Amino acid sequence: MGANKGSADQAIAGWPARLHVVTGKGGTGKTSVAAALALALAAGGRRTLLAEVEGRQGIAQLFDHPPLPYAEQPIAAVAGGGEVRALAVDAEEALLEYLAMFYKLGAAGRTLRRFGAIDFATTIAPGLRDVLLTGKVKEATTRTVGHRRVYDAVVLDAPPTGRIGRFLNVTAETARLAKIGPIKTQSEGVAAFLRSPMTAVHVTTRLEEMAVQETLDAIAELTELGIPVGRVIVNGAQEPLLAGKVTQAELRRGLAAAGMPTDRATVAGLLSEARGHLARQRLEESLRADLDEQGPPVLELPLLAEGVDRAGLDLLVETLGAASTRPADA
Amino acid sequence: MPTDQTPPDHGPPWLDIDRILADPGVRIVVCCGAGGVGKTTTAAALALRAAEQHGRRTVVLTIDPARRLAQSLGLTELGNVPRLVKGVDTDASGGELQAMMLDMKRTFDDVVLTHTDPVRAAEIFANPFYQAMSSTFAGTQEYMAMEKLGQLHARGEWDLIVVDTPPSRSALDFLDAPARLSRFLDGRMLRLLLAPARTGGRSVFSLVTASFGMFSRAVQKVLGAQLLTDLSGFVAAFDSMFGGFRQRAEQTYRVLQAPETAFLLVAAPEPDAVREASYFAGRLGEEQMPLAGLVLNRVHCPAVDEPTIGESLAAAEQLAATGGHEQTVGALRVHASLIQQTVREQQVAATFTEAFPQVPVAAVTAQPVDVHDIDGLRAIGAAISQR
Repeated sequence: MGANKGSADQAIAGWPARLHVVTGKGGTGKTSVAAALALALAAGGRRTLLAEVEGRQGIAQLFDHPPLPYAEQPIAAVAGGGEVRALAVDAEEALLEYLAMFYKLGAAGRTLRRFGAIDFATTIAPGLRDVLLTGKVKEATTRTVGHRRVYDAVVLDAPPTGRIGRFLNVTAETARLAKIGPIKTQSEGVAAFLRSPMTAVHVTTRLEEMAVQETLDAIAELTELGIPVGRVIVNGAQEPLLAGKVTQAELRRGLAAAGMPTDRATVAGLLSEARGHLARQRLEESLRADLDEQGPPVLELPLLAEGVDRAGLDLLVETLGAASTRPADA
Repeated sequence: MPTDQTPPDHGPPWLDIDRILADPGVRIVVCCGAGGVGKTTTAAALALRAAEQHGRRTVVLTIDPARRLAQSLGLTELGNVPRLVKGVDTDASGGELQAMMLDMKRTFDDVVLTHTDPVRAAEIFANPFYQAMSSTFAGTQEYMAMEKLGQLHARGEWDLIVVDTPPSRSALDFLDAPARLSRFLDGRMLRLLLAPARTGGRSVFSLVTASFGMFSRAVQKVLGAQLLTDLSGFVAAFDSMFGGFRQRAEQTYRVLQAPETAFLLVAAPEPDAVREASYFAGRLGEEQMPLAGLVLNRVHCPAVDEPTIGESLAAAEQLAATGGHEQTVGALRVHASLIQQTVREQQVAATFTEAFPQVPVAAVTAQPVDVHDIDGLRAIGAAISQR
């Protein structure tokens, strides 16, 4: 276990939790942010795990990798000897693994699968499914080999904001069904872990009204549940290109000074584009203010003009890594 | 286009949305696509246009609208029945717009009530498994959306039903819900659990084979005995309704395949959303469901093509170096970034058209601010129909 030598038992500056749950409205770049965070936290020779739970194979697609099996495997190397491993958590596999681990149910486990029992159980009691998924993530986060943690940090590409509260609030869901027994014990363990400082939920958003509203709703819901919120991560933030207002007269003078055409169509076109941009900028400013007011520290990631390729991802990693040099609540 | 990448030789056919909305043969429009692409807004805008411009008695079924959009449709609470939308101008057209927001639990409760007697229903409602399933069952929302659509369609009160699909993990869930439910109801597990109920209510696992004995021990060990009792109670109470459930799901599925239905894919020009749209287009083909076209939302477009990116950036730099003219520098940079974004979006959209060249596309220009009133929806409807 040379990869994480010496660093494993220290929290990573600026990102104090061990388990980083990344949620967000659909389309806000949750998977890319989760991947970039896993890469950023693997700097300095650390080892991190990037996990997904919805069977979307989003991680494999992002890294241009064949579909991930239910096994932790290296997906990216990081300068300085760091490593990111990836895992697609599957409820059925997690249940079989759990049974094998705690009950030595080799043959019976296979029988369960043959009868379709697992599909049945997770269909009829979706809370059970979530306990299995989050339970596996907890297991990976707390796993040790020779008194050393296997992972310095685990980053979970979690379900979107609309479902995150239900997904993480596993006890309430299962307590209704299982009043005693190992499922209850398991779900209580997971619930305590998710409410401890070991966990932080980060919410990705864009500076758009609906995404920001969902972010604020999710933060309120998680806070109510006692689940720690880490940061709000604004994805695709654009630099303001204009200050104040733009007038036709000034635009004409400026274009003339630059030796550009100053015909009516050009001036009117550029003017309407500039005004659209200013309207957008003003909206973004007010959304920023709404987010700042809410409490959790806000971190902005730049818009990736060329899409999310490895170079783009590295740009996000750089921004997230820079955030780790100052405390989260600065 | 001022770019070194060549755009596709020929664009996709144009999606004439007004022809679909005006066609009396089209009775259902289903909007589907990834989350966060403006699906609900699109559904509401199309329904409004059908009512105002084409005089159709329209109902829009929304699943999980953003609060302010819901308010603009008069949906301040879950009602589970369609209500007339105020502020709609149908004087000239003679149409009508109603809207409803799906209440998953209530729809499920109604299904139970129609299929069983009140005593049985009360038993089912009290069962913790029913409570879990009706509120969080993976697929309940999709299934109940189908159920509600089936109900609205059967009532025959509307010329047109516009449906927004649930914000699923994947667009697949909506199509798969009936099959998944059928599989679940026909499942071996369920039959095993039902066996004692059908043979006179002996203990759940009285009919044991060797492997089933092992299985039941495993289940008891992991889940606990109380949970098994609740489960068998639930399954027994539900037994009488299963046939009706499946039949209705299959009926709705057939309606979706009929020519009276038009599927519209909704996407934004972003790689994930377009990939999801392509995937869904493939699935609709496999399921023989009628795909009418793709609505591509939030498309950017420069107001003028000239100056080019290169010219704009060079001029901006020159002005910045000499000082002054900050407004013009900014405007030129805005123009350059807009062209860049347009080119990028066209490349993303081209991946869909390369795979499905015959699918018509309507591009909708990005609005600077979000839409949450009837006027805004009207403007979106006009933008979707514009060539």
